[in-house]
Amino acid sequence: MSAARNPLARPLARLLEKPWLWAFVGATLVWLATIPFTPGRGAGDVLTAAFTFATFFVIVGIGQMFVITLGPGNVDLSIPATITLAGSVATKLMDGQDALIALGFVAALGCGLAVGAVNYALIRALRIPPIIATLSSSFLIQSTAIAYGRGLRIKPPPMLAEFTTARIFGMPVLAICVILLAAVMAVVLERTIYGRSVIAIGQNQRAARLAGIAVDRTRLATYVMSALFASLCGYLLAAFSGGASLNMGEEYLLASIAVVVIGGTSVAGGFANLPGLWGAALFLFLIVTMLNTYGLGAGIRYVLTGLIIIAVITAAGGRKPLR
Amino acid sequence: MTRVLLAPRTLRAILPAVSLALLLAAIFWLQPRTMSYTGLNLMLNLAIPIALATIAQMFVLCVNELDLSIGAYVGYVACVTATWLVDNPPLGIAALLAGILVYAGLGALIHLRNLPSIVVTLGMSFVWLGVAVLILPRPGGTSPEWIRWLMKLHTPVVPFPIIAATVIAVVVHVALMRTAYGSILRGAGGNPRAIDRAGWSLLKIKVVMFALAGLFGMLAGMALIGLTTSGDANIAARYTLLSIAGAILGGCEFVGGRVSPAGAVIGAITLTLAGSFLSFLRISPDWQIGATGAILILVLALRALINRAEERR
Repeated sequence: MSAARNPLARPLARLLEKPWLWAFVGATLVWLATIPFTPGRGAGDVLTAAFTFATFFVIVGIGQMFVITLGPGNVDLSIPATITLAGSVATKLMDGQDALIALGFVAALGCGLAVGAVNYALIRALRIPPIIATLSSSFLIQSTAIAYGRGLRIKPPPMLAEFTTARIFGMPVLAICVILLAAVMAVVLERTIYGRSVIAIGQNQRAARLAGIAVDRTRLATYVMSALFASLCGYLLAAFSGGASLNMGEEYLLASIAVVVIGGTSVAGGFANLPGLWGAALFLFLIVTMLNTYGLGAGIRYVLTGLIIIAVITAAGGRKPLR
Repeated sequence: MTRVLLAPRTLRAILPAVSLALLLAAIFWLQPRTMSYTGLNLMLNLAIPIALATIAQMFVLCVNELDLSIGAYVGYVACVTATWLVDNPPLGIAALLAGILVYAGLGALIHLRNLPSIVVTLGMSFVWLGVAVLILPRPGGTSPEWIRWLMKLHTPVVPFPIIAATVIAVVVHVALMRTAYGSILRGAGGNPRAIDRAGWSLLKIKVVMFALAGLFGMLAGMALIGLTTSGDANIAARYTLLSIAGAILGGCEFVGGRVSPAGAVIGAITLTLAGSFLSFLRISPDWQIGATGAILILVLALRALINRAEERR
């Protein structure tokens, strides 16, 4: 069957080539496997919950994806600590008052800016791999957050809390905002000099430098951006879950890396895509929902989550990058 | 003589030992009573499992990979040791050997499919945690008699932790740094292509290194149970980060197969003592993790300075 005879064949073939497709296929399959077992809660409710929680995965995933795309060894391990720090600082500053929402927002982003700058300063000045640099700084950030946030039981401002939990026709408003954010970042990745620089550096840093790309500035911007997204996630998460807590960032280390990998972005760097983040984030949340619905205990749930992540990366790892 | 002493190579090699000596001196100065058999025994006891876990991490670092599951794995071993190894030794031994086999399999999987070890081991950390929770849903269990006996051993003159740490460092040092196969193993981290061209199987090397990591992780979990005498799935959650920090502190490079077993043990002891140091200073335990980060950054900064001095020559 040639493409000329069937006008649908070409777009279909191109769709099948997209690396992000499988994350959405997986998410849909898991969703379909879950809904027959959710009496009382409809299929739509499951989807609403999935979009609500996937939103936070996607926010940190965007930052992590740009970092990972910079090439081998680039990964931001300070995301969980940054989430906790930004969440605690913002909640404490806002003190539950609607008038201070903007101040909290600026403070949270300020935390992110500082963390990102420190991370990159460590990478450059000490010439250590980003994994070690972000790991070391995460220790410091985590301690700062713990010391600062001890005994913190402040409710977020009601208006902000309302915004993070609001829905339009069952769709979380926050999720709509983050879908738009992802779309903007997709344009940044594909159509701006910065985005193309990130991809070029990930494919071959030496070649990128020789081609006149501002490698240092691009890498600095990427680490700062990752920390900014982490702090944004911390700010929103604190508002969403009724206050900051000291372990609020914990699960985001695995989640931020997993959504990037499952979403079809190359872990070796140089190839990235935004839509996959959403597919992967929905997939991750729906898996947990499915295992919960089947009434499995915490132990089995952990084991299966781990095995699924390894299975996905094993399946994806064999694929040759498209050049 | 001074030229040899100030050579970057020497400086880099003695940096871990110097940091430990400085820290120990500060502790003795703050709290002179620690300068005794009992004092050292108490302070260094918990360093043994951490040192073993750090050695495990070092094997993985040596072949340019990173193990983010070692803490969860040590927790799994601890749960097996505190339950099955006491009630049903054959089952316990089988479960522990299975752990090492899984590690060997991970090495093969990571090599064959060219997977990022961070993601694979992050996934494995959930698997280990899950199995540990299934074996021991609530903290409990007991330590096998012989392990407790070994860990509470009262050796003459020199406290047991110091002897144990020395034995671990010397055994691994001789095996990895002084044998022919040891240098092949390290070479696989430094220049995999050269080792491959010379006819060595990179697959086998990765499997061996990961199995060794599994073996030392197992020893770490057993030693930990000998000290705490009861198990818990989350008992060693901190070990993942501590082992990476300890190995780096001890002079292991992140890539290139540059590792140092003695340094890794010293790094682990330094991190353990840093906790005691902070409590003697009456600094809130909130800053304990932060101190680990600060020490790490400080030592890495010193190393960067040494490296820069080397380049200037």
